[in-house]
Amino acid sequence: MELFGTVSLELLRGFGQTLEIFFLTLAFAIPLGLPICFGSMSKFLPLRILTRSIVWVIRGTPLMLQLIVVFFGPGLLFSLPAMGRKEAVILAFSINYACYFSEIYRGGIESISKGQYEAGQVLGLTQTQIFFRIILLQVVKRVLPPMGNEIITLVKDTSLARVIAVYEVMWMGESFIKSDGLIWPMFYTAVFYLLFSGVLTVLFDRIEQKLDYFRG
Amino acid sequence: MPVLEVTQIKKSFGSLPVLKGIDFSLEQGQVLAIIGSSGSGKTTLLRCLNFLETPDSGEITVNGQRLLWGNEAQIRKNRIHFGLVFQSFNLFHQYTVLENVTLAPTLLKRGTKEEIRANAEQLLAQVGLSNKQDAYPYQLSGGQQQRVAIARALALQPEVLCFDEPTSALDPELTGEVLRVIRSLKSGRNTMIVVTHEMEFAKCVADVVIYMADGKIEEIGTPEEVFDSPRSEKTRTFLRGAHTKF
Ligand SMILES: Nc1ncnc2c1ncn2[C@@H]1O[C@H](COP(=O)(O)OP(=O)(O)OP(=O)(O)O)[C@@H](O)[C@H]1O
Ligand SMILES: [Mg+2]
Repeated sequence: MELFGTVSLELLRGFGQTLEIFFLTLAFAIPLGLPICFGSMSKFLPLRILTRSIVWVIRGTPLMLQLIVVFFGPGLLFSLPAMGRKEAVILAFSINYACYFSEIYRGGIESISKGQYEAGQVLGLTQTQIFFRIILLQVVKRVLPPMGNEIITLVKDTSLARVIAVYEVMWMGESFIKSDGLIWPMFYTAVFYLLFSGVLTVLFDRIEQKLDYFRG
Repeated sequence: MPVLEVTQIKKSFGSLPVLKGIDFSLEQGQVLAIIGSSGSGKTTLLRCLNFLETPDSGEITVNGQRLLWGNEAQIRKNRIHFGLVFQSFNLFHQYTVLENVTLAPTLLKRGTKEEIRANAEQLLAQVGLSNKQDAYPYQLSGGQQQRVAIARALALQPEVLCFDEPTSALDPELTGEVLRVIRSLKSGRNTMIVVTHEMEFAKCVADVVIYMADGKIEEIGTPEEVFDSPRSEKTRTFLRGAHTKF
């Protein structure tokens, strides 16, 4: 029983790291997705090509590899001092998720009918007013389900951080195998993931219900 | 002085000429009905008047003032002279009926909150939807949605209100309620342009009828002139076709 307490406490400490990665990544990636999205829809061809190429590279390579490149790359290529491990994780995760989010945003924006813009235009509204007063909420409603999916994936992707020795919950679980030959703490980590993704699922359902008052 | 004067509007999409020089003018309170077969450029003409499309050449003059295609702010100012009711209504999904009508006047600062609301309520009463103020668009029938769209356009008091086949997306039994509302606007001295396939409606509401064919005005005149004694053979053929659909 005492052992269970110790393990729980250690895993909880690791899960704190997991949560930190999770929330910081979201805090950066959700807004960063917007300029990437606008870039990939730009009428200016070079910008569109550049943005879409970046998105292609980021989505086309493993996040684990990106993590390694961000952490070791600057030192190996330019002899720059290595950045902190956690900073590297947040940077790599934010860029990666921003690219995924940007594609979700783009899908959402492109699914809004031209008529909504034109109705705003003939009423003499500015592009900014049309976007913020008419389009945005409709886009939010449409992107919520795919965003929910992606965010649940992020919960589990945080475990990749241990590749560059950030002590998140899986690392902690694994450490008990090495130090005490205990395997069950590793399985126990699943409880943390499940509880957290359960909370997120309920949260997303709530928000979706909030936006249920209109269709379209 | 005419409210609206359109001279030599030309517009091509790529190599496809769609408007080949359109001229007409409208006096205050007149109703113009535009008829014509599919692809003749009716929608494109209305979109040019509402500055959703930029013509390649031509002039639009409202109350003696020539409108210019400038920057975005200029175009927005031009648009204020016109209103457009779309075939597909295009109400804003997340707003109630009342909010759909008050949104633009509020954002354009066309009065105090109370004035704008009172005006919107009065317009909704006029189109027979006082009891639907708090409904969302998806809760309305097509005919009701289109009547909200009309109230929304009227809220900005445009000099010329344009309708692009306002009843084409409606079930036949719902067209009447929308056409009645449009007819009632005529007595309110609203200047209107109505693109329509409803020949009976055009006949009894319009002061001027234009038959468009192939990007040109093939025939223009009073309803009697155009419907009862058309000058051009094309018009005759079109009108015969409009009666015998099968
Ligand atoms: N954005 C566009 N790009 C290219 N071609 C277009 C565009 N908009 C319209 N056209 C073409 O211009 C022509 C006229 O179209 P328009 O929509 O003005 O016709 P219409 O008279 O309104 O027809 P309908 O009765 O079917 O609504 C058509 O051949 C159409 O294919
Ligand atoms: Mg049309």
